Amino acid sequence: MLNYIIRRVLYGLLVLIGVNLLTFILFFAINTPDDMARINIGGKRVTPDAIAKWKTQRGYDKPLLFNDQAQGVEKLSKTLFVERSLPLFALQFGASDTGRDIGYELRERALPSLALALPTFLLGVFVVVLVSLIMVFFRNTYVEFWSVAFAVFLLSVSGLFYIIAGQFLFSTVLKLVPASGFAGGLDMVVFLLLPVVIGIVSRMGGEALFYRTMFLEEIGKDYVRTARSKGLSESAVLFRHVLGNALLPILTSTVAVLPLLFMGALIMESFFGIPGLGSFTIDAINGQDFAVVRAMVFLGSALYILGLVLTDISYTLADPRVRLA
Amino acid sequence: MPKFVLLATDLALYFQLLVLLAYVRHAVRTPLLRQSWRYVQRDGAAMSAAVVLVIFLFIALLDSVHFRPRLPPAPDAPPGAEIAYSTRTLSVLDVLLTGPRESREKTYSVPLATHQFSKESMQRNGVTVRDFPRLQYGGKHLDQPQEQWAGDVLRRTVNGLGSGLLLALVGAAWVVHRQSRRSTQGFMPSACDVWHGRTALPWRAIGGTLTALLLVFGWVAALWPFYHVMGTDQTGNDVLFMCLKSVRTAVVIGTLATIATIPLALLLGILAGYFKGWVDDGIQYAYTVLSSIPSVLLISAFVLMIQVFIDKNPQLFETGLERADIRLFLLSAILGLTGWAQLARLLRAETLKLGELDYVQAARAFGVSHAGIMRRHILPNVTHIIVIVAVLEFSGLVLYEAVLSYVGVGVDPNTQSFGTMINGARNEMSRDPVIWWTLSAAFAFMVALVLSMTLFASAVREAFDPRARAYRVRPAAAQALPQESAP
Repeated sequence: MLNYIIRRVLYGLLVLIGVNLLTFILFFAINTPDDMARINIGGKRVTPDAIAKWKTQRGYDKPLLFNDQAQGVEKLSKTLFVERSLPLFALQFGASDTGRDIGYELRERALPSLALALPTFLLGVFVVVLVSLIMVFFRNTYVEFWSVAFAVFLLSVSGLFYIIAGQFLFSTVLKLVPASGFAGGLDMVVFLLLPVVIGIVSRMGGEALFYRTMFLEEIGKDYVRTARSKGLSESAVLFRHVLGNALLPILTSTVAVLPLLFMGALIMESFFGIPGLGSFTIDAINGQDFAVVRAMVFLGSALYILGLVLTDISYTLADPRVRLA
Repeated sequence: MPKFVLLATDLALYFQLLVLLAYVRHAVRTPLLRQSWRYVQRDGAAMSAAVVLVIFLFIALLDSVHFRPRLPPAPDAPPGAEIAYSTRTLSVLDVLLTGPRESREKTYSVPLATHQFSKESMQRNGVTVRDFPRLQYGGKHLDQPQEQWAGDVLRRTVNGLGSGLLLALVGAAWVVHRQSRRSTQGFMPSACDVWHGRTALPWRAIGGTLTALLLVFGWVAALWPFYHVMGTDQTGNDVLFMCLKSVRTAVVIGTLATIATIPLALLLGILAGYFKGWVDDGIQYAYTVLSSIPSVLLISAFVLMIQVFIDKNPQLFETGLERADIRLFLLSAILGLTGWAQLARLLRAETLKLGELDYVQAARAFGVSHAGIMRRHILPNVTHIIVIVAVLEFSGLVLYEAVLSYVGVGVDPNTQSFGTMINGARNEMSRDPVIWWTLSAAFAFMVALVLSMTLFASAVREAFDPRARAYRVRPAAAQALPQESAP
């Protein structure tokens, strides 16, 4: 068991190294610091001097991998790769291109992000599992037919519409919750209510359909027939036996949702003015702050890989049959 | 003759159309494929969706024939002077809709309005008053808009809906006529068959969809020349025209990005599944790395790259349209380049399964080369996965485009797309009185496109993956009529 966990963690680390290399290539070799400087300075003010100055100020004035001008070990260490890319592993994010400390920003913004993402995720899974179980409970009736049709419709609507319509309905017309903003402490509930609900609704269509197929898969199995022949009621069969056994595939599929969660947060946070990591990223993309984008790529991938490893582990805990090969 | 302009995405769309036609030809000739597609043909919802999709595709194609119109020769030009072409590139759709395209108002106006949405200072009888000015084009044929408007709109609505219904009835009669010819029964029994959905092709569903579309079409055709049917946006552009222009962008992104994923996914997926061992490890590693980076960030990194490339080489593009188009093309390519992981994973799993089958083992024993086995024995047996994923991806990509445009890494701001429309419209909802029409129009078009594709995709999936049929809902009433018993 321990052996298996160590192997998974090491593989995760290997993937993270790959991510790091890829981002380095994307942000330094293909989009060179010169290009970044040109985009950032912008317009007619782009002169070789201005570019050189911009690069020196932000420490981009070094070679990529190998420094000819330096001596000894510094030939390797005074390079962009060692100075800008490797420290990410130690979670040293450095300063953004506008001069702010990225690490400080991330610490400040992690809490609002978490306060939004965690309820959306947990409540979302709970609600969707419930909805899809109800669909399965009423299978082959018009209740199921119309709920599937409705889910397909929900699936076909862009997430942006849910946000815009939700804000319009609940903030502008009904004036139940503020349209956007954030506050610390218990006040945040008011601000988070609408984003969480919209986050759940916008994912509900696709996920309810997906979980429904998983439950239907389970329901054809032998143990379900046994449970029914024992005389258990349909609801007992579904909620006790089928739900328990379907949890395993649900567990694996939730990891597939993690990146979506990230993207959802990106848009949700910037629409609702929540000062989290998502809005930070969007601002960085719009302001072409490459240092921040790079840090967020690394952080996002690290979280995803962490989720991957955790699923692998929880998989083995939830089902003793899973071989640890 | 105008000067035809071939944009990169035009070429890509034509190429895809050719591939599609080639596939149709191939499917018609292959009994097994014909069987699968017949399953789709029997599905009412899928065929209705197909009707809508064909119309969207047609609009996109009309909008993909670009040219620069010839300018009239200058009055003092010597005979035989060089022909001058307009600097604006138009498409066939632009020309067909010249009226709405050129009738540009000053700013917002409500659908079917005769007056502007916001007040303006103007001179009336020598006194400066603030009032709603008349629109330049919307309802300009009315002398007394206050009194005549309701009657005029009503009359045109009735005319439009009436002609739509008439067309639908003629079409229905023609279908029933053909049915009765084929089944050698009278007109009325055939009509009953169609009405109760007892025909081989789901004519009732198709007819219903077509009728609805014809009614809408008739209404629009009757009113559009005189009013802005869906209002105008902030800069006075006709919203319905903008929606129609956006269709092409959505179709290009949806199809092109899917097509772009296929070569990489196919190559790497089959290689991984066939050779196993370290090849498999390497390819799995590659797609794990790629899929662990949040896609929005990956795409934005690539899009910045494109922007740098475009900014550095302005001489490559003759017009702004070409520049915007190359960005659309490259964006689709990037979506494909970054999105192959999922398809590759599926193909790998399938190839792993196929590799163990007897006929592949036999081919190997006979000494067929690796390339030969992969091409002749594995590739044909994984194509169904490609078809399923290709139709499933489409909807997701159309929705994704809106998100990317919102983040600012989507299409060029000058390219008309649903994403840019939503992006422009999102602050209008907080105005008072609320400006609802831009967003509603974009919403309606997007849902129509995505929903039809989703419905079509689910039928295709059931056709090619019989396991998926188990998930089909069969309400009790429908259960009495088994699905397969259609004549």
